[in-house]
Amino acid sequence: MDTVPADGLLSASWLLIALPLAGAAVLLLGGKRTDRWGHLLGTATIAASFVLAVACTFQLDDRQVAVDLFTFIDSGNLDVQAGLLFDPLSAVFALLITGVGALIHVYSIGYMAHDPRRRRFFAYLNLFVAAMLLLVLGDNYVALYVGWEGVGLASYLLIAFWHERPAAATAAKKAFIMNRVGDVGLALAIFVMFTQLGTVTYEGVFGSVGLLAGGTVTAIGLLLLLGACGKSGQFPLQAWLPDAMEGPTPVSALIHAATMVTAGVYLIARSAPIFDLTETARTVVLCVGAITLMIGAIAGCAFDDIKKVLAYSTVSQIGYMFLAVGLGPIGYAAAIAHLLTHGFFKAGLFLGAGSVMHAMDDQVDMRRFGGLARKLPVTFVTFGLGYLALIGFPFLSGYWTKDAIIEAAFDRGGASGWVLGGVAVLGAGLTAFYMTRLMFMTFFGRPRWAPSEPGRETPHPHESPPVMTVPMIVLSVGSIAAGFLLVQAFPLDEWLEPVFGVPEEAEHVVAPAVVGIAVTVVMLLGVLAAWLFVGRREVPVVAPARVSPVTRAARKALYADAINESLFMRPGQWLTRALVWVDNRGVDGAVNGLAAGLGGSSARLGRAQTGFVRTYALGMLGGAVLVVGALLAVTAG
Amino acid sequence: MSDFPFLLLMIVVPAVGAAVVAALPRGRELLGKQISLGVSLLVLLLAVLATAAFDAGGDRFQLTSSVSWIEDFGVSFALGVDGIALVMLLLIGVLVPVVVGASWDDAPVGTRSTTTFFAWILLLEAMMVGVFAATDVFLFYVFFEAMLVPMYFLIGSFGGPRRQYAAVKFFLYSLVGGLIMLAAVIGLYVVSAQQGEGSFAFEVLNAIDIDPDVQKLLFLGFFIAFAIKAPLVPLHTWLPDAGAEAPIGGAVLLVGVLDKVGTFGFIRYCLPLFPDASRDFAPYVLALAVAGVLYAALLAMGQSDMKRLVSYTSIAHFGFIALGIFAFTTESLTGAVLYMVNHGIATGLLFLVVGMMIARGGSRRIADYGGVAAQAPAFAGVFLIAGLASLALPGTNSFVSEFLVLIGSYPTRPVFTIIATVGIILAALYVLLMYQRTMHGPARGLMAAPGAARPAAGEPAPAGGHGTTTATATATATTATARRFADLSRREIAVVAPLVALIIVLGVYPQPLIDLVEPAVADTVSDVGGDPGGVTPDVDQNGAETEAGN
Repeated sequence: MDTVPADGLLSASWLLIALPLAGAAVLLLGGKRTDRWGHLLGTATIAASFVLAVACTFQLDDRQVAVDLFTFIDSGNLDVQAGLLFDPLSAVFALLITGVGALIHVYSIGYMAHDPRRRRFFAYLNLFVAAMLLLVLGDNYVALYVGWEGVGLASYLLIAFWHERPAAATAAKKAFIMNRVGDVGLALAIFVMFTQLGTVTYEGVFGSVGLLAGGTVTAIGLLLLLGACGKSGQFPLQAWLPDAMEGPTPVSALIHAATMVTAGVYLIARSAPIFDLTETARTVVLCVGAITLMIGAIAGCAFDDIKKVLAYSTVSQIGYMFLAVGLGPIGYAAAIAHLLTHGFFKAGLFLGAGSVMHAMDDQVDMRRFGGLARKLPVTFVTFGLGYLALIGFPFLSGYWTKDAIIEAAFDRGGASGWVLGGVAVLGAGLTAFYMTRLMFMTFFGRPRWAPSEPGRETPHPHESPPVMTVPMIVLSVGSIAAGFLLVQAFPLDEWLEPVFGVPEEAEHVVAPAVVGIAVTVVMLLGVLAAWLFVGRREVPVVAPARVSPVTRAARKALYADAINESLFMRPGQWLTRALVWVDNRGVDGAVNGLAAGLGGSSARLGRAQTGFVRTYALGMLGGAVLVVGALLAVTAG
Repeated sequence: MSDFPFLLLMIVVPAVGAAVVAALPRGRELLGKQISLGVSLLVLLLAVLATAAFDAGGDRFQLTSSVSWIEDFGVSFALGVDGIALVMLLLIGVLVPVVVGASWDDAPVGTRSTTTFFAWILLLEAMMVGVFAATDVFLFYVFFEAMLVPMYFLIGSFGGPRRQYAAVKFFLYSLVGGLIMLAAVIGLYVVSAQQGEGSFAFEVLNAIDIDPDVQKLLFLGFFIAFAIKAPLVPLHTWLPDAGAEAPIGGAVLLVGVLDKVGTFGFIRYCLPLFPDASRDFAPYVLALAVAGVLYAALLAMGQSDMKRLVSYTSIAHFGFIALGIFAFTTESLTGAVLYMVNHGIATGLLFLVVGMMIARGGSRRIADYGGVAAQAPAFAGVFLIAGLASLALPGTNSFVSEFLVLIGSYPTRPVFTIIATVGIILAALYVLLMYQRTMHGPARGLMAAPGAARPAAGEPAPAGGHGTTTATATATATTATARRFADLSRREIAVVAPLVALIIVLGVYPQPLIDLVEPAVADTVSDVGGDPGGVTPDVDQNGAETEAGN
């Protein structure tokens, strides 16, 4: 499929990025003057972008449209244009980002109503949307990289939004650093592309990547994967994402569930022509996905913080998406479909969690919830629908898209197909368990409410205002219908054909109906287990201390932080201290000794400035004599 | 228009300005500041006009003027710029007025005279212009040494508590380097005399062939001087002291411009005059450069003094610049030149912001600050922009240069490039660690009331959190503070605004700058035996090209 120059409305698609960016600029530079209406402007720019994205998508048909803007960097053989590519893949992302983004902006008007820094919140949120749109709309890897680090910055600013809290500040820094580890991979991948192919555009790279040696392609694939793992919280760079929940809940919904963390999936799907050529890199992607989906699911079972459970659930669900893209052509569309439905229901779940926190005076400990279904009926119903969609309840969104991934895993065939399929099915069971546990602890049972901090009142839960509940309702509609729409009514794989091509019809190893029934049975077993262990008993308000080693490991998220600390952080700190010592005593000492030798003791040098000036003058004089002497010698000679 | 003596005026105007300001009687400090600002703005205007008169596609050296000076030895007062020198003059033009504005209200140390301070700044400007504009190697040497004098007095007379130690150390290092270079300068003259008429003119020297063994010696003479100036590890230890003790304005010019003479020297003298030696020594230089990237970054993390920290970050950045220079590709060298400009802007801003913090808190220790962002959001925002530019975030100017350096170096030097790329993680660490410790968290150190209950750092935050609760927490914290951290004043906004604007503009649209420097860069690359057209891809792309063309 060839790229054509943009026409009509599509040639204005740069406005998709410019509008939110302008909003952010006005809010940041305008200062306090914009306090009263800043949130409305922020929301309006995103809504306008959404309308534009819809219009552009309608004009697209099944073309790939290029928009050239200006020359960004042109030096030597490197030519990086600021150009956009609007194609079916970037269109669905633009719709997701602006659509969910607009809903979350609306929700935030209510959620952040009492925050003195609300204006800045909206500015950062706008900045995020702009950077994310650049990430998915750029027509080359450098533009992607710019957006990639741009969303990292927005994520940093928003996680640290309540920066007085050390935990929030630390979480933000951790997120940025771990992302940068991934960014090194992405940057190196770009360097290799340029060195080998002399280009960094999608069109140029995909057009000639076939000429490269297999090992080089695999190296590019693995480096891209490293970048993807950082951004998407995948093993071994998953530890930052749960900590990122320190940010305000709308941020968790938009950035750390629906959009930014799925950028890794976008990167790999966009780079499909590269991954198609390297079985090795695809296998590594598969393994990363399978490992991460289990890590996330296991940790999700053990946490009591409602947002952390949802965060590990996100880690786990993105693991499914990585698994899917790792399957190659049969999995790309399935991954994107799951990414979209997950965007709806997980954003809805986070907004619901925010509504619960709003009602419970910012409490996040589920052991202090209970019996909220009656007090928060709208939240309960919308959250409940998101819950059912996530665990794959038949005919809701997650059912369609997750089943498609599990089927594709089995269809891979051979032992690896059975292993991956088995892991995916087991993950579905665990998902059902931890989400049902969350539902029981939050909405059912006896109230276990308590003051969120000593000295505060016990909360009196109340339903959130319409400005918050309406976005939740809209997203819950998505939780119900999006899967059916994307898989059955308007198949996404057909829409994406211009990008991914038509996958070969795979031989079904296991009949789809059998997979569907098996997954549903395992899901019901997970629900049942949650009822047996959590639902039918009284939830203790303090987590039991005497638990099995498995639970203890799960509570520590399988010791990811401990491993990072002992492998990198502490040796790094030790090395830094050692080097500071060396630099002060060793390197500097040696040179100080030399200096002292030249001009007496260094202490005396320091004191006797006048003495030194004399030395200097002598030095200059000596130099001049030397010059003149040498010149005379040369001339004479 | 191009006959107009821009370069000469850019030296004479600030030099005369310096003399006038120095001659002002006591009590006329304000007039001295105003003259300084006016003079420095005039130099900026001259630099902009010179750029307008410069034809990027024309001769390598333009705006030239030459007056015979010491006829017997072929020394002439020859000025002229290529694109590389021109962008450095623009950087000087921008930074000096900013520094004058930033130093406006600096309380004079002890009995030191304010007018003297500004006179030294202007004299320094004249010398810095001279060093970049000289096309005669001897003249370059003269400015190279003369430049030390104003900086020596700026540090030694107006600096921090250990200013004398720092100034002497700075001076000794530079002097040693300068003397070694002097020997090499004379050697160059000898060589040229052997091949015809002795000359110090760059273009003459560039045309002669030098025996490879002699090249090595002469290369080392220049190289050591430049490697001290733009400090490469292990010749760097003077910079943290000088950077920490210098007054902020001096520190900005020291790290922003003065040290760039070293990297400029690599490009202008080492590579074209001694191409064989440059190629021979390149692996060793690259090893030092890349080691410096990591070593200085780790050291930056370990600093407790903010000004020392920023100085160490600069050493790490000089490692990137040296990598770009000694990778010998047009892309990497263009990146290195841009890096010199961008680093001056970004680190200049970082130094200024740190200086404003020190002016408020009276301490250089990171541990004495905390939670500033809650009290001074605009200040924290500018600090963050400076920090992000320092860690080369895309969208800031530094990204363009760092990216060009790395992508240009990878084709010829993959291993060194991979190691240096890891340095971008460390850059994020040292910037964000400092930012978090000073700007984030509860009010701490100087910002908190003595004796008031301080929340311990690392104390677990209250679970969850919402605007309302945090707002109350902030309110209690601020009412209890002993010293309120004032946000940016109008003057400070005027000082930082041009640099912030340049960081963004050059980060989004760097191409005009690239177009300006690339011809000179291409000449240098071909001097040293590289392909001026840029890196040739490993894989023949013809098939793909035709496919993409339809």
